[in-house]
This record gives sequence, structure tokens and C-alpha cells, in this order.
Amino acid sequence: MRRILAILMENEPGSLSRIVGLFSQRAFNIESLTVAPTDDASLSRMTIATKGDDKVLEQIVKQVNKLIDVIKITDITDRKHLERELLLIKVAAMSDKSRTEVKRITDIFRGAIVDIGKQIYTIQLTGDADKINAFIETLKNETEIVESVRSGSVGIARGEKALRI
Amino acid sequence: MTTELFTGAEMVVKSLSALNVKYIFGYPGGSVLDIYDAIFQQDEIEHILVRHEQAATHMADGYARATGEVGVVLATSGPGATNCVTGIATAYMDSIPMVVLSGQVATSLIGNDAFQETDIVGCTRPIIKHSFNCRSLADIPDAISKAFYIASTGRPGPVVVELPKDILVPQNKGTFSINTDVKMRSYNPNIKGHPKQIKKAVSTIKSAKRLVIYSGGGIVLSDASHLLTELVETLKAPITNTLMGLGGISGTHDNFIGMLGMHGSLEANKAMANADVILALGARFDDRVTNNVEKFCPNATIIHVDIDPTSISKTINAHIPVVGLVDVVIKQMLDELNSTGFTPDESVLAPWWQQINLWRNVKSFSYKQDKNEKIKPQRVVEAMYKITNGEAYMASDVGQHQMFAAQYYPFKKPRQWINSGGAGTMGFGLPAAMGVKLAFPDKHVICITGDGSIQMNIQELSTCMQYNLPVVIVALNNRSLGMVRQWQDMVYDGRHASSYMESLPDFTKLAESYGHVGIKIDTLSELDSKLEEAFSIKDRLVFVDVLVDEKEHVYPMHIRTGAIDDMWLSKGVKA
Ligand SMILES: Cc1ncc(C[n+]2csc(CCOP(=O)(O)OP(=O)(O)O)c2C)c(N)n1
Ligand SMILES: [Mg+2]
Repeated sequence: MRRILAILMENEPGSLSRIVGLFSQRAFNIESLTVAPTDDASLSRMTIATKGDDKVLEQIVKQVNKLIDVIKITDITDRKHLERELLLIKVAAMSDKSRTEVKRITDIFRGAIVDIGKQIYTIQLTGDADKINAFIETLKNETEIVESVRSGSVGIARGEKALRI
Repeated sequence: MTTELFTGAEMVVKSLSALNVKYIFGYPGGSVLDIYDAIFQQDEIEHILVRHEQAATHMADGYARATGEVGVVLATSGPGATNCVTGIATAYMDSIPMVVLSGQVATSLIGNDAFQETDIVGCTRPIIKHSFNCRSLADIPDAISKAFYIASTGRPGPVVVELPKDILVPQNKGTFSINTDVKMRSYNPNIKGHPKQIKKAVSTIKSAKRLVIYSGGGIVLSDASHLLTELVETLKAPITNTLMGLGGISGTHDNFIGMLGMHGSLEANKAMANADVILALGARFDDRVTNNVEKFCPNATIIHVDIDPTSISKTINAHIPVVGLVDVVIKQMLDELNSTGFTPDESVLAPWWQQINLWRNVKSFSYKQDKNEKIKPQRVVEAMYKITNGEAYMASDVGQHQMFAAQYYPFKKPRQWINSGGAGTMGFGLPAAMGVKLAFPDKHVICITGDGSIQMNIQELSTCMQYNLPVVIVALNNRSLGMVRQWQDMVYDGRHASSYMESLPDFTKLAESYGHVGIKIDTLSELDSKLEEAFSIKDRLVFVDVLVDEKEHVYPMHIRTGAIDDMWLSKGVKA
């Protein structure tokens, strides 16, 4: 099943390639991976969305933890957590009808039209992966999708618990 | 007061000195000439010039396996570094502490496909414990001391340090300081077993009816042999070793039931299959041990002790996992046993040992040697055992000869048996033996090899001459890639595709041309006396070329896809 892993690691050259290399070497699945420095610039925070049965997941967590650069890894899937992804999507907006419809759908999903071309709207939407998928599907029924880019999921546990050193 | 300034090359050497390095194994080239120049101008560290960088890695590896110290390799960028890859993989698979210093093109050229540029950190990423890209002078001491710390602690392994040319050259100088007391927030290798898990494990052990201790290379690496022996004697339990774990308990100990796995003893594999509790200590349930994992020891409760959590429940599910250094955990278990007043229950032990002795009586390690027949390879190993009183260091290559050595030379002590178990690297034997001989010049050091394997690093006969490393090379010469041929006999209806060597050199003459002694043995009647002669020569390398029966197979052998105790005992005979 789908899992969200939160990883705290040294912000060193090569750290990212070790993680990516590990996943390909051991044939682990990566659905998405995001990484950036944290408030403390010596650390990177990564979120990996992956799939696998319990045995595979156990290995993924252990193998990632084994990397010297990795400070902590937690599987936040089963905890109360927030998951967010950013979508930027360009859709065709040729007729008045389709423009109105696109605007309406965007409002329903609490997205925002952030750029307008002659015949194109660029929309921004944040949410978890399900919401983004649903939005894209709905748009597809209404108009033509010209280009889309997703950031991949970032995740954080709710409440007091924090992933830090 | 002016502070003294050093070049990066000098810092490399000073760092190694600070870490008490005695030997570096390597080969020069453009990117590391400054380091060579710095080595030349000091005499604390000796550099051993090999004839191929792969051999440098195996030599450092053999040195590390025999001494427990970190083996150090130095190679130039590009082809020098890539020649190290097999040796790094070999050390990685067997968790051997090694630091490989690799040259690199100048930082300004990195990424330009410069002359002799390869991304060695990238190439080795899946086969190292960690690596460092140095990009400035100041990085050098820190990277080297961390490399040693990482390589030698926790589950040991190889670490690569990349050193670009421009941070080594004389034009570029800086102050030197090194901290050898490394602490890292992301790496804490010293782990005790969790007390709850220890209690659970011990109470399971106490209530076991058919306990087997299964120990591996972890015992050797953590020098836990005495503690293991104490545990075995406290529990009066049978113990089996993996190929990597041989010598972890003396091969002559009454409780030792032999190596387990693909070519292990019947009694070891039977005991595992019939155990109700398996205590795995520093072993990793390798596929050469388990055979078909689906059929693996279905009735056993498995207690798995390992420093590396990834090893636990990777192939075989552990019921009681214990993460910790194996020596520390055994000590904790002994304390727990003693404090709870344990004495073994003879009425439980007796029937279990009775059963084991029945399996032992099958004598699964046995062979037939007729007087007039060709020499059997097993017979050669037995003869060496007698002559060296079971006390030699034995470095092995890979193939049938390796298995015969493991089966017929019961090692008394850990670190005596030096072989590439995880990677199975042909060409490992000779350089590894050289590393051992360098560490223990007064001990018998044997390189057991085959006509195939020896040719994968035979150029090192020259290094042996230069540094006076009088190892005894014993080639079980079967004029074939015997292990391949055996599989072809058993699985491919005897079609010997490319497993036959038609143009072997005369190894004795070859050895002589390097300045060594060559002894050829091709009849049984002269075997013992000529071997005696070979081992009596202490100051020169002797190459003993023994022509053995090429048709001999290694038995017992796992039946493919079967359970751990499904074995061929000899041609066509199942256990
Ligand atoms: C570098 C490498 N290449 C190929 C193999 C596959 N292999 C395993 S054993 C073996 C034959 C070894 O022949 P030899 O050294 O003569 O030993 P023998 O089995 O005859 O005793 C081969 C080719 C290997 N283990 N390592
Ligand atoms: Mg051979």
C-alpha cells in the first residue's frame, strides 16, 4: 500500500544520490520524492511516497536509516498527518463556456487561476494526492490539458511530535 | 610564532599516521603523485606496490581480516580507481573494514570528461558503507578520520575517499589538525541489545528442546569467539558456522557440528531443519545457507542477533530480533543466564544430541581415495592440516578448492580462514594471503587456489618477490573451472561449456621465473613428502601445483529448491 516517509538527513553533496541509488539498487518503488533544506541549513528534509507490502516497507525504512547521512526516518502514514502537494496546470480556455466552467471547478477545489494567456489558463492547486487526482480528472472532462506539473507530496505529522535532531 | 603549513598530500599522510596506519597498498598515477611524493619522504608508513589495483584492495582486505585493523588502499583516478571496484565489492559483501583513497582530476576539471576522470564515488555507491568527496584542503583530515571511524565501527565496510589533484599539489598549503575521536550526529554504531529482547531470547533458549546456535562472520569481526565458546559450553548446545564464521568456535570443539548451507555438513543442516529454536549470531540467512526460504526450518523460533537491522527479517522472518553488537549481546545473554541460575537440562539435551550423533555418523564429509588413482583434492587439504597442525592462516580463492578447504581444514581460531564468501571473487586468494603474511611473517600462510582463480591475480607473484612474502600457494589443479564443471555435470547433462582450460602454463616454471620455488605433485605416493618439503621452506615463496582428480565433485550439496536439509550426499545419492 501507499506510504509516506519523512526523512531528516545531513544536507551534504551526494546525500540525495545515495537515497535514489538505494531505491533503484534494491528495486524499491518511488512514487514521488521531494527534498529541500530545512530551517537549519545543515539539514535536508525529504518526503518519499512509496508502495510496498509490510516486509518491503520494513526493509525500505531500515535501509534508508542505515545510510550514514540519514539522521531519522519515520513512516507517517498511519499517524495523524498532513500531506500536501502543489499542482500547476495549464488548460485550454478557448470558449466563454469552457472558461466559466474551468473557473467554477477551480473554485470548488479551492484552487486559483494564477496566469491567463490568450487561450490558456494556468491554475494552482494544493492538496493531498487524492484531491489533486480528482481535480485533474474533473478538468479532463471539461477541457484539454496542455501541461501539468506536480511537486510530489510533502508530509508532516500533526501535533506535538516533531522530526528534528 | 608561525604555524606550519602542509600540502594536501602531506595531510593525507599525516592523517594516516595519526590513525596508526602501518601499510598502504597501492599503485601510482598522475592524480596521486603528490601523495606518493609525501609517502616517499617519511618512514612511518610503508607503501606496498602491487601489480594491479584489484590486488591492492584484496591485499588490504586480507590484512584487515587477519588483524582486525582497517586495510588502506591508494589508487590513481580513472582506471586505477575502477580497478579497485571488484575488491571494494568483495570487502563490502563480507563487511571488511577498508578505506580506499582514490585520486581524482582537479576540481576545475570534474565533469569535463578530463583525462583519467571517472566518477568513482558514483561507480562505487552501491558497494560502499560510505564515501567522501574532498573538495578543499580542509576537508582532508576530517574525511579520512571519519572514513576510518565509519569503516571500522558498527557493521564494518569499505569507505571511499576521493581526492582531487588540485588539493594535493605543493602550491596549495594549509594548517593541519585532525580529530581522531569522531562523533557524528547521524551515525551511532555502538548498540547494546535491548534488555527486554535479551530476556525474551534467554527465556526462549531456556525452554528449547532442540536448540541450535548458528553463527557467522559477525563473531569473527567482533572478536567474540571466546564469548561464543562460553555460551556454547554454558548451554551445551550444538553449534554450526557459516562459511564466513568458520573459526568462530574451534572446528575441533565437541559441540561443533560443521559448516551449514549449500556444501555444509548433513548434521548441521539436519539440526537446523529439526531445531525448535535457532539462535543466529552475526549471521544473515544468506541464500547459500537457507536453500529455499519457503521451506526453511518451519518449526523453529528464530532469535536473530545482528548489528545491522537490515539483516534482520530480510530473507527469514525473525521471531525475536535483537539489534546490537554481537559480543555485547552474548555477554548480556550470559549475564542473564547466570543471574537466573541456569543449568542445562540433561534429559532434554540427551535425546537431541543422540539424534545429532546419528546424522554425524553418516559422515557426510567423506571421499574415496584409492592408492593408484589420481590424487583427491580433499586428501591434499587433510595433508596440509596435518603438516600445519591446523594452525595455518588459509586464504582461499573461489571454487571447489575453497569448499574442500572449508570442509576438511577445521579452523581452530577466528581470522585463520580468509575467503571471499559473499562475493565469491576469484583472484582474491593470492593477494589476500599476501596481506596476511605481511601482518604475520612468522606464521604459515597458505593460499589455497585453483588453476582458474590463480590466473586472475597471478601477476602478484612479482609483488611477493619484491616484498619477500613467502606464502605457500597450493593449487588444486584440476585443469578446469571445477565448480562450473560440477554444475554442468549436475544441471547441464555434462556439457562442459567453457569450463575446461586447454592451455595452462606450467605453474612451477612460472613461479620459478619470478624467482620463487615451484613443486609439482602428481602422484599420491609423493603427496605428503613433497608437501612437507614445501612447508619446510620458510624464506621463499613455494608454488605447489597438485594435479588432482578433475572428476571429483564437492559433496554434500543442497538439492536446488529444496529445504536446508535436502542434500545430495554423493553422485545420485540423496540424504
Ligand atoms: C571473478 C569471478 N568470475 C567467475 C566466477 C564464477 N566461478 C565460480 S567458481 C569458478 C571456477 C573456479 O575454477 P578454479 O579456480 O580452477 O577452481 P576449482 O573449482 O576448479 O577448484 C568460476 C568460474 C567467480 N566466482 N568469480
Ligand atoms: Mg580448477
